[in-house]
This record gives sequence, structure tokens and C-alpha cells, in this order.
Amino acid sequence: MANEVVLLDFWPSMFGIRVRIALAEKGVKYEYKEEDLKNKSPLLLQMNPVHKKIPVLIHNGRPFCESPIIVQYIDEVWKDKAPLLPSDPYQRAQARFWVDFIDKKMYDSLRKTWTTKGEEQEAAKKEFFEVLKTLEGQLGDKPFFGGDNFGYVDLSLIPFYCWFYTYETCGKFNVEAECPKFIAWVKRCLQRETVAKALPDGKKVFEFVSAMRTNLGLE
Amino acid sequence: MAEEVKLYGTWSSPFSRRIELALKLKGVPFEYIEEDLSNKSPELLKYNPVHKKIPVLVHNSKPIAESQVILEYIDEIWNNNPILPQDPYQRAMARFWAKFIDEKALATRMKANFAEGKERELVTEEFFQQMKFLENELNGKDFFGGETIGFVDIVAIVVAIWFPLTQEVLGVETFTEEKFPVLFKWIRKITEIDVVNECRPPREKHLAYVKARIEGLKSASK
Repeated sequence: MANEVVLLDFWPSMFGIRVRIALAEKGVKYEYKEEDLKNKSPLLLQMNPVHKKIPVLIHNGRPFCESPIIVQYIDEVWKDKAPLLPSDPYQRAQARFWVDFIDKKMYDSLRKTWTTKGEEQEAAKKEFFEVLKTLEGQLGDKPFFGGDNFGYVDLSLIPFYCWFYTYETCGKFNVEAECPKFIAWVKRCLQRETVAKALPDGKKVFEFVSAMRTNLGLE
Repeated sequence: MAEEVKLYGTWSSPFSRRIELALKLKGVPFEYIEEDLSNKSPELLKYNPVHKKIPVLVHNSKPIAESQVILEYIDEIWNNNPILPQDPYQRAMARFWAKFIDEKALATRMKANFAEGKERELVTEEFFQQMKFLENELNGKDFFGGETIGFVDIVAIVVAIWFPLTQEVLGVETFTEEKFPVLFKWIRKITEIDVVNECRPPREKHLAYVKARIEGLKSASK
């Protein structure tokens, strides 16, 4: 049966990058379609009428939305290669818990580091470092959140790294100085071809954000 | 091996009650510990140090937090009366709608309850759109899970029981059978199920509690 896979995405989206890494880990061939978020395509609006957001995976004509749901679907369908979630139910529950934590805590606090100024920005920075410290604690001495192997939590978290140059420049802080263990984990992830290829260059993301910050009156 | 299952929860929380329901549906014996959220137990803080919230399931001394994560775990450990479908596409759809309810519908409903004037109009319209999306998912089925209740139904009990109750306390009538006949038909069907009713807060106590909370929130915002 024809396996038609299309990904509607936006190049700097950390949520889209998750899906790109997952598809690469499984060796799935797919068509990548870049969306202009200021001018969403009829296809995107048709495939994700509820949220109208990317990423959307379209597999044999059926749409899948929300990156954790898409990644779990990919893991369940292409199950013969590179398992992303652990096989043990308790470890699986822990992996789901940590991706939920990342989604609840990382994105909002990070977004505020480049969309706000002054006191609000300072509070966001503080929150961000607390989140990183919690994640470092969870990582412990393991090479990856998944243990010996790169897995679901790792691939859900690493895409944020391509935004770090932006956060550090706008927020005037340095992650490696505060959280060296975290950056050591980042470097291990970047050694994987699938990750290195999926992450856009941090400076490119910063150029894109700079234009947006100008529009927001922050520069 | 002796199974030890403990649930840390509160009687009024829809997130806690949905775990009770899942365990009862599967006939899993468990010890229930009622938490006082103004005075959280050392156990709760030990088992959920990250969020310090209920519900927390502790299975053979291993804790799991976040209600949807707990539901999936329960479904994987106890295979009888499955909550999630087997098919990957159906599973993805179930997860999507459950996420939609907890992340979108609940937040919009809260905003609609307390907003005023023009904002209230806009948020209420958003709420209607969301309920329409949810209603369309039923698509002629008795339940979101098909012929029997499943993952989405269990999560959506917050819509079936908590939404109408809060509405009653606020004295508003936005979420009505007239506007959502299919959803209300589902509400009637699901609230006829014995085990669902075993796991809902007792009505009078619940009404009084929601009333007190709303009054508390209103005076806090003044």
C-alpha cells in the first residue's frame, strides 16, 4: 500500500522539529510543506480546523495534529525501527509526564524572554532556569532522558535549543554557565545525524525573531 | 504478587474522579486518600514534587502524575475493558480530543464564566465553537468511544457534570440542550451509567462547594 506522508510545518517551530526528528529516526520518506503562518494554506485550515496550527502530519490523507500526539502515532505505526517511547509502561508514563512538563513550562517562560522587557523578562528568565534545573535533576547521570538511548523526551526537548541563541541574546543570559549538564546533554543529542539535520541554525532563528521584535516595538 | 494501588485525590476534582472511574471500570481494588489541598500531605509532596497536585496514582510504590498520563498507564497495566482503542489512528484521535477538552474547553469555560461585557461575548462565542467541534465528534455514536465509554468520554465527564453544575450556580444558560442537542443526549446517556454515578461528587455538597469557590474568586478579584 502506498505510504503517503506529508508534513505541514514552519521551519523554526520547535514542535515541527520534533516531528521531523521522529520521521528521520524511523527513516520515513515524506513531503515537507512550508507554511506561511500569516497566510495559512487552505490545506492547513482543512486538515487542522480546530487549532489551525502546525505541525500537521498527513498520513495517507488522514491528518494528525499536536506534536506529542503525532510523535506517538509515528512510534506506533513505524514500530519496527528506532523505538522512541520506552517499552515498559511505567517508563512510558514517566516519558509522557516529562513531555507534558516541557510543554507546560518551557514554551511560555521562554517566549517571555524575548517578547517582554524589564521585570517581566527577569521573572521569565528565573522561571526558565528553574525549569532547566528540574530537567537536569531528572536527567541525572544518564546520557539521555530515555536512559542509554535517545528517545521521546530527548526529541521533544532538543528542538528548543535552536532558539537558545535568541533567548540568550534578548534576555542577556548564558545557559551553559548556569546549566552545564544541560548543555552537555544538548551536545550529545547534536551528535545524532537526525537531530543535527533537523535543527535550523540558531543565528538564522535569531534573524527571524529580530524582525518580529522590531514589529513588536522591542528593538 | 500483591498489587498495591493508591490514589491521592480530592472529592471535588474532575481530574481525580476520572481516575477513580477508570480503576472501577477495570475492577482494580485501590486505596483512596483524600487530600486537603490547603495542607498537602508529605506523601503527596514526595510523590509529585514537580507539580504538587492531585491526582497521583501510586502503583507498587511507584508514582504517576497528570490525569491523562495516569489513564493511559492504567489502560496498559490492566487490559480488561479497554479505555483507548487499539488502532493507532483511533488512538491519536482519542488523545487529540482529550487534550482539546483539558487544554482548550476548560480554560475557555473558566474565562467565559468570569468575563464581562464585550469580552464575555467573544469568549462565549469561542466556547460555542469548541462545543460544536466536540459535538461533531460524536457523529451518530452513543459515546465518543463508540458503543461503550472510552478515553474521551472519561475525560469529557467534566463537560457532562461540572459544566452544567457551574452554570447552575452562576445562574446562566449558555450551555443548553437547545444549542447542543447531540452533546446533551450524550450527557444523559453517560450520566445514566451506574459506575459513572458512583464516581461523581454528591450533588448538594458539590453545589455548595462550587458556590463558595465562585464567591471566593469574585471577591478576590475586587
